Formats: sequence, structure tokens, C-alpha cells
Amino acid sequence: MRFERREHRSPTLIVAAPLLAVLIALALAGVLIAIAGAPVPEAYWHILTGAFGSRLSATETLTRAAPLILTGLAAAVAFRARLWNIGGEGQFYLGAITVAGASAHLLGGLPSLVQIPLLLVLGAMAGMVLLLVPLWLRLRFSVDEVVTTLLLNFVALLFVSLLIDTVLKDPLAFGWPQSESVADAAMLPKLLARSRLHIGIIIAVVLAILVHLVQSRTAFGMQSRAAGLNPSGAAFAGVPLGITLVKVACISGGLAGVAGAIEVMGVQGYVTTNLSPGYGYSGIVVAMLANLNPLGVVLAALFAATMFVGADSMSRSMGIPTYIADVTVALSLLSMLIALFFTQYRIAR
Amino acid sequence: MTVPILEISGVSKTFGANHANDDISMSLAKGEIVALLGENGAGKTTLMNILFGHYLADAGKVLVDGQELPPGKPREAIRAGIGMVHQHFSLAPNLTVLENVMTGTEPLWLLKSGVNAARGKLTAISERFGLRIDPDARVGDLTVGEQQRVEILKALYNDARILVLDEPTAVLTNIEAERLFITLKEMAQNGLSLIFISHKLDEVMAAADRIVVLRGGRKVAERKASETNKAELAELMVGHRVKRPIRTPSAPGDVVFEAIDVTVRTGGVDRLKSVNFHLRAGEVLGIIGVSGNGQTMLAKLLSGTVHRSEGEMLLFGKAIGDLSVAEAIAAGIGRIPEDRNHEGAIGEMAIWENAILERLPSFSKHGLVDRKAGQEFARSVIEAFDVRGGTPTSRTRLLSGGNMQKLILGRNLINRPRILVAAQPARGLDEGAVAAVHERILEARNKGTAVLLISEDLDEVMALADRVQAIVGGRLSPSLTAEEADARTLGLMMAGEWKAEAVNAL
Amino acid sequence: MIALFDILASAGLWAAVLRIATPLLFGTLGALVCERAGVLNLGIEGIMTFGAMIGWYSVYSGADLWTGFLIAALAGGIFGLLHAVLTVTLGLSQHVTGLGVTLFASSFAYYIFRLFVPVAGTPPTIEPFQPIDIPGLSSLPFIGPAFFSQTPPTYLAVALALILAYFLFRTPLGLAMRMTGENPHAAEAQGINPMIVRYGALIFGSALMGMAGAFLTLSAFNSFFPTMVQGRGWICIALVVFSSWRPGRALLGALLFAFFDGFQLRLQTALSGVIPYQIFLMIPYILSIAALAVMARRARVPQALMQPYRRGER
Repeated sequence: MRFERREHRSPTLIVAAPLLAVLIALALAGVLIAIAGAPVPEAYWHILTGAFGSRLSATETLTRAAPLILTGLAAAVAFRARLWNIGGEGQFYLGAITVAGASAHLLGGLPSLVQIPLLLVLGAMAGMVLLLVPLWLRLRFSVDEVVTTLLLNFVALLFVSLLIDTVLKDPLAFGWPQSESVADAAMLPKLLARSRLHIGIIIAVVLAILVHLVQSRTAFGMQSRAAGLNPSGAAFAGVPLGITLVKVACISGGLAGVAGAIEVMGVQGYVTTNLSPGYGYSGIVVAMLANLNPLGVVLAALFAATMFVGADSMSRSMGIPTYIADVTVALSLLSMLIALFFTQYRIAR
Repeated sequence: MTVPILEISGVSKTFGANHANDDISMSLAKGEIVALLGENGAGKTTLMNILFGHYLADAGKVLVDGQELPPGKPREAIRAGIGMVHQHFSLAPNLTVLENVMTGTEPLWLLKSGVNAARGKLTAISERFGLRIDPDARVGDLTVGEQQRVEILKALYNDARILVLDEPTAVLTNIEAERLFITLKEMAQNGLSLIFISHKLDEVMAAADRIVVLRGGRKVAERKASETNKAELAELMVGHRVKRPIRTPSAPGDVVFEAIDVTVRTGGVDRLKSVNFHLRAGEVLGIIGVSGNGQTMLAKLLSGTVHRSEGEMLLFGKAIGDLSVAEAIAAGIGRIPEDRNHEGAIGEMAIWENAILERLPSFSKHGLVDRKAGQEFARSVIEAFDVRGGTPTSRTRLLSGGNMQKLILGRNLINRPRILVAAQPARGLDEGAVAAVHERILEARNKGTAVLLISEDLDEVMALADRVQAIVGGRLSPSLTAEEADARTLGLMMAGEWKAEAVNAL
Repeated sequence: MIALFDILASAGLWAAVLRIATPLLFGTLGALVCERAGVLNLGIEGIMTFGAMIGWYSVYSGADLWTGFLIAALAGGIFGLLHAVLTVTLGLSQHVTGLGVTLFASSFAYYIFRLFVPVAGTPPTIEPFQPIDIPGLSSLPFIGPAFFSQTPPTYLAVALALILAYFLFRTPLGLAMRMTGENPHAAEAQGINPMIVRYGALIFGSALMGMAGAFLTLSAFNSFFPTMVQGRGWICIALVVFSSWRPGRALLGALLFAFFDGFQLRLQTALSGVIPYQIFLMIPYILSIAALAVMARRARVPQALMQPYRRGER
């Protein structure tokens, strides 16, 4: 089989690609559900109602979507400049623990209006720092950042585990390893009463729009795109590659750090080592499904959140392991890659 | 006439709408050297790739000793005794000469490579044909000329009886090229049959027995070398008499740029060795030389993408520090990069974005890009420089090479730069586009731009330059005026033959 | 200081070193084979997870240990085939595809595990590989118990390193593979089909990754639990760079690495309460990063690594 490049890419095809990818992933996951001996349509119905069937489930889905939007943006921004930040998970945790520590020990007394923005900035900075290390290694020693960011995820998680075992350990948690709680003033306001839904989702969507504007309207956005598409061409045109990458890394790491911050400040109030069900890794899928488009990230994150929340509920009622959600999300990444390929190539006669 | 060892008959191949080869037939006799002459894009390389099984022809066949070769099977071509020496060497720099040569020559399921036997065979061949080389040297450590030797050895090691060389002199110095042709003739006398692809009339006349001329994918003529001349070949190749822009004498103005004893060192190697040159308004300074002698660094120095290690530079009479790209552009230096596709444009971005990328500061306010102004600018470049095949918002990759070059020229020239650095501006373009590019460069010079033209093409430099300097091994020769610069002098200069005179002059 | 010496002088440490090195060695060799042919296989972490699960599950449901081991290898090969379709035939980004394979393989492994092994208090166990004494050698003082009383897969891993070194540098197929990783166009010009070579390398390399995972559940431990691979796959990717893409050095690298790991494990028990255990656990990852930083510029990277090959397209 041979492939040839398409001269013109149809916009319809580009929009259809993620939809097609998701459908294929759902179909394949359906096979797995069937293997488990469950009726497939019913299972999908349970997923859908589980995610949106009630006020509670819908707010839960949106609550889940917020960190996914942010980690998805983190990956999208970085990938677009060909910075392979796979360290979203570690940056998420570092953002989270920084917020918990800062609120418990430094800023706890400040009023919400001051404390919340300050904490968000601190969380972002923690994420940045963790990504600047592998970027430095890449610029200084030509080390591929994929592996270093992956490895740093483990280091970050152990670091968090160390802190909540020692200096940030909550003395009231009966020996459970969990951090001290953030101050009440640090908790994000709820969007709806009697739900876990907090303003984090709004922060995430606003950031998605901001990232979109930066990428499409600003000189920096154009330069970072150029740097990603063709580094030597960008350098010839005077784009400072190193500085551009540093800025991209700050945005990307910052977004992942904020994701961790809002998860602590919005939902749990303290940090444990299972705060994230792999938000950092799912963010990569979300970014790819969105074809690295910041606004698309919002939709892709909603899809992933639907799968995760819906699968939880389906699992309870039908006995299918919840991991079916992770399988579907991973499959949608692979099928998206194939779909994207066919927006650029066609099978030659 | 004897039976031809190789016969190509009725070969056609299309890529999309482009007829790369259209019903081409040719033959080759034992011990003969045939030149395949044509411009870039005439279909020479496509034809050879079909011969070698890299491409599948749409029609036609290839016969070796009267036997048809199965199409699309490089291994069968090798087995039939065809060897190819590519223009871009197909070598692995991290492997040794012997490893490069041996790859694929043994049955893959053998449990042990016959390294010693192979080394013996390689040594024997290299002695027989005068291609001496250390079999255990790492290919990446060899010079370009030596690497070409490895390529030829690779083919001979596979018992090639028919050797195809694709633009073999493109990367060689004149002396290396002459040596190569002597070797080739010896090989022919030893019974090998050779095809070499070229667009250089001189070498075709000097080395070939017979010449096949391709143009636009068709075979337009076939001549014995003894029965033709360069003028006829040039006409056949181009289709009409070569017309170069007519030059008015220059009226040089002030010196706008001067380099004094500038040395550029990267990775511990001197790429430019205390070079001296100056540019004057309204004058073209041509830098001639075989590629790989420091031209790239010279262009980069003025483009702001590389910094000098020693020496002084004066811009408009004032000593300057290191130029950054932004400073170079702000100072009015227009830049045409050597490599259009990798440096000149970003294919996946829109034409308007490529038009303004290097001038972003003047097209943005408070960090926001003024899209309207950018697209307007792109539109005016497209109109003024006759860029065809795209709109401001279409992707740049879709432009042909010539139109992409016009876009690059246009974005630089539309605002009348004071200095234009043009590195290999016509490389790989068809004749029509070459003429257009040359016309624009002369037009800029007539309007008072100082032009630094860096080229490997003697004709191009003769046609455009008012003064000429040669570059050899990172050194620049003293400059000659256009009148002093005849082809012979320039040829000598390109071979580094000015040093003695320069020393005498001191 | 005495404690330090005691640790170093115990045969137990050295036996542990080989045990810790084994999965790393399988994984590193697997990744090395893929990269020598020009494909970065970041599917390793997931493939190891899947291999660990399926190997264990096969034995748990009645297969003998070697069958389980082979099934893990086979499963790895299938994931390698998937990777090859995506990165070789379609030429997709090797980075993203590899992560996709990892996410898929690991979540798929967890799904199957949970499907067949419902949540229980303690994960069910199997009877793992037992150490085999090499006659003669194992009775040597110190060296015997340290090096010659290992489980069979460990001997297999060490033998594989040597065989692969021979294969890459002494056989025509090995040369063809190296050429494919350096310059697929040249390989093709010399009658070798780079596509097939890359498919073969990915399938075989991924099979080794499956074995790496199976070693964890069939020899090092006796049960499977999610997240048990713990980034070992990524460490293997770093070890490939550290070893300059040479199987012999991969063996040394895995041993060196395992030595630090085994040493820190013992130090951890010796110093428990003084230094938090997390610090020790971080060491392997930080060591990997340091190894990358030191070696990245020095190593001779296969020139065509991560470059998709398309016929006729340069």
C-alpha cells in the first residue's frame, strides 16, 4: 500500500477526524465490553446517563473536565512548538502540593480575593519550574525531553509523597499520608450548591480562550508556531528559538500546575498521592484529539471526562471494569493519529 | 553495431499532473560513456530511478543484455549489474567503509558475515580502479571526494557492469572532478559501461562518447560528442537560445558594508579565515566557489545567523558589533537564503505569514499581529513580483520552487533594501524563473542596492556581478572587475590559484 | 562505614543486582533493537505492563511458567506490530504513537486483569520461577550464590545480550538492521527493504519488552498489581542512550543501574527512620536523567532514528 500527500486538505475532513476517531474507539471498546459478556448498547447508555443523567452526574463530569482542559492545553501548547512535554502529571502534582503548602503555612490568613489568585500563580510557577529542568537539559545537553519529563513525573510524585509524610503531613489524618488542608479562604467558590462543581471549570475555559488568542493573534504565537513547524526557517527569520521554547515551557508547565492547584482548591482541599487519576497523561490524549487546537481541547476534555465519569457509574451497575474508560481514551488517541494521517495523505491508486 | 548492454525503451512516468518522463528510449554499449544532459527537472533523475527500480514506470521497459528487468525491484537491478552513484550519497556516516559496502551483499540469513573475504575483495577492486581507501575508516570521517569513492566502490563491489552517476561533480572541486573523469575513462576502457547525469556542458563534452539530451521529460536529441558542440547542446537543452539579462554598466556609490580580516569559527574549525570584502551601493559583488568552501558562513554572517570570532565589520561606515537577525533586517539588509525550503519559508504556514515573519515588529502592535496589514503586504508582493499559484492565505508549501523564490525576493526587495544578500538565488529553478530572479536582482542593483551574490554557477556570476571574488577553503581572493574576469581566470581562482599572485603582489 | 562495607560484601546484594537488572536488560535490549532499526518505541512501559499481566494471568489459569513467559512475548510482539503499522507504514510521530501504545497497552492490561480477577484483599499469587544453581559454578564461595543461583530468565537475558551483540555486529542481517537505522535510503538502494526490517525489529524488540514485564510477575514477584512497572520502561529508554546502542554496554548499564538500586534498597533498610524512603526511591529516576545528560551528546545516535521512511520521499 502506498500513500500520497493530499494537495489540499478539506476543512470538513479535519473537523470529521476527531469525531471519526472517537466513534472508532467506541466501537473497539464495544468489542471489549461484549467480550466481558455485557450488552453493548446498554453499557453505552449507562455511560451516557452516568455522565449526564442527573444534576449530580453532570456537575461531576464538568468537575472532572476542568483539570483535563488544563492538562490538555498544557500538552497542546507545548506540542505545537514541538516541545514534547509528557510531564503534565508531575507538574500537576507539584502545582497541587505548592498550593497546599503555601496556603497552610504562608498565605492562609489572606482573604479569598487575594489568596486564590496568589495560589494559582504559585501553582503555575511550580509547574513551570518542573518543565524548565528538562528544557534546560535539552538546550544544554541535547537530551530528548520526552524521556526526562516522563522520568520527572515519578520524581515529582515521590517528592509529594515525601512532603505529605513529613513537613506537610496532616497531624489530624490519623496517620494517613495526606497533606494539611488549604485554608477555607483558599477554596474555590462553588458554581452550584450541593455539588462539587467549582469555578475551576470557568478558569479552565477562560484560559483555553486566552491560549487560543495568544496563538492566533500575537507575534509570540506566530513565532512559536514557526519554531515548531520549521526550526531552521524560524531561526533564519529571526525567531529566538531558545527563548521561544522557554516561554512555551512556562505556559505549558504553568497550565499543568494550575490544573493541580484548582483540583486541590476546588475539590479535595488537601493533597494525597492519588489526587490525579492520570490527568497529566490523559491531557496528551485530549490535546491530540483536539488536533492541538485550544478551543477543541475543551470539547475533547469533555469527551474524556464523560468517559471517566460515565464508566464509573456503568461499572457499578454492570460489573464492567472502570478501566474501559482508559482503554477507550487511549484507543481514541491511536485512531485520532490515524485519522489525522488521512487528512494529509490518501491511498495512492 | 553490437548488441547494447542496456536498453531503455518507451519509459513514461507521471507524478500527479507532471509528466516527469514521456516515452524515453536510449541505449548503452559496452565500454561506452553516455551523458544524460538536461536542466533540473528535465527528468534525468526520474529516468535513472526507474532504471534502478526505485520508481515504477507507468509504461516502458528496461532491458539488460536483452533481458527485461522486473520493474520496481532494486535488488534485481543490482543483480543484473547496474550500480548507481547518487548525487546525495547513500552512505551511513556512523558505519565503516567496509560495512557500507557490504550491506545487502550477503544472504541475510547467514550466521556469520564473511568480513575478511569482503575486505580482500574491496581492496582488490580499489587497487584495480585506483580508488584507494581505508576499508575500516568511519565514513563520516572521510572527505566528500573520498565518500564519492566509497559510493563508486559500493557499485563495483556488487559487480556492476553498468554504472550510473547522478551529477557526480556537483560536490567536487575542479581538481577532484578532473581526477574523477580520468578514473571514469579508465573504467570504460576496462569494460565498464557508464551513464552520467549532468547539466554542465563542459564536463559532458569532455567526458562522454555520446550525449542524450532531455528536456521537459522528453528525449529531444542524441549526439556523438565528436559531432556536436556546446552551443548546440545548450540550445537543445534549453529549447531556445540562452538569454541572460543584458547588463548596463554599474554606477557604484558609497561603500555600505566592509569586512576586515573577519574570521568565523564554529566547532573549533575556521569556516571563514580572515576574509576581506566590501559592498558598494548599486554594485553586485559576486562570490564564486565550489560548494562547501565557506559560502554558507559568509551568507550567514551578513544575515545575522552567525557571529564572527575575529575581525571588524563596518556597516554604513560605522563599526558594528555582532548583527542579530532583527538588527540586520532593521538596518535594511535583505536576505535570500541558500535553502529555500528549510530556511526561506515555512511550508505549512500561510503565504502572508511567511511574507511578514522576519518583519514581525513592523507588523504588530502591543504584541498583536496586524493580520490585515500583513495580508495586504503579501498581496502587494504577489502582484509586484508575479508570484503565481497562491493567495495570501493559502499554504506556502503549494507554491512551486520558482514562485516561492519570487515570494522570498519580493518580501525583501519590495521595500528597497540597502543591501541584498543572495545565496544561490537561482539554484534548482527552471530557466524561466532563473531569468526572472536575475532580472529582479539587477533591477535592485540599478536602484542602488548593494548586492552580495553567492553562487556556484559561473554563468550566473558572469551575468550579474560587477566585481568577483572567489572563495576557497574559507578564504576570499582579491577582487576582480567583471571585465578582468573571464571564465579561465575565474576557473583558476576557484581552484585556489590566486595565492601565489597575492604573495607576489606583497 | 562498617555497615556500608557489610552491604557491599554480602552475596545477597549481588544476587539482587542481577535480579533487578533482568527486567531492565530485557527492556533495554528490546528498545535497543527497535532504535537500531530507526524506531523509538515508547510503547515499552505499556508493553511491559501488559506482558507482566498476561504472563501472570496465563500461569494463574494453569499454563506452565515458560508458556506464560512466551505468551507475554507474543503479546509484546503484537503491540510491536501495532506500533509498526502506525509508525512504519503510516510514518506517524514515533513519540506520540509510542505514548498511545503505552496508554492503550497498560489500560487494556488493567481492564483484562479486573475482568478476570475481581477485586480481592490480597492479589492472588502463583508459584514463580525458582533459582537454578549452575553446577560447579554455584558452589564457588561468594561468587556462586551471587551470580550463579538465579532464575532461568536471568540467564536468558544475559545470554540474549551477548547473542544480540553478535547478531548486530557479526551477521549480514544485523548489518542490514544497523544500516536501516542509519540510512534507510541506502539500505533500500542495496536491496534491503527498510520497512520489513523495521517491522521485524519492532515485533522482536517489543516481544523482549513483553518478557521484561513477565519477569516481574513470574520471577521477581509472584502476583500482578496495577502500576507495578513503575517507570522501568522509561528507565530502559534512558539506558539505551547510556549504552550507546550497544548490547554489551546495555548489559553493563543494566548491572550498574541495578547495583545502585540494590544498594539503595539495603541502605534504605539500614537507614530507615533517618532518611525518608522516598529519597531512595527517587534515585533510579534521577540517575537515569543524569545518565542521559552525560551521554546524549557523546553517543552516536542512529542517524535515521525517529525519521519515518517513505519510498521515493526524501
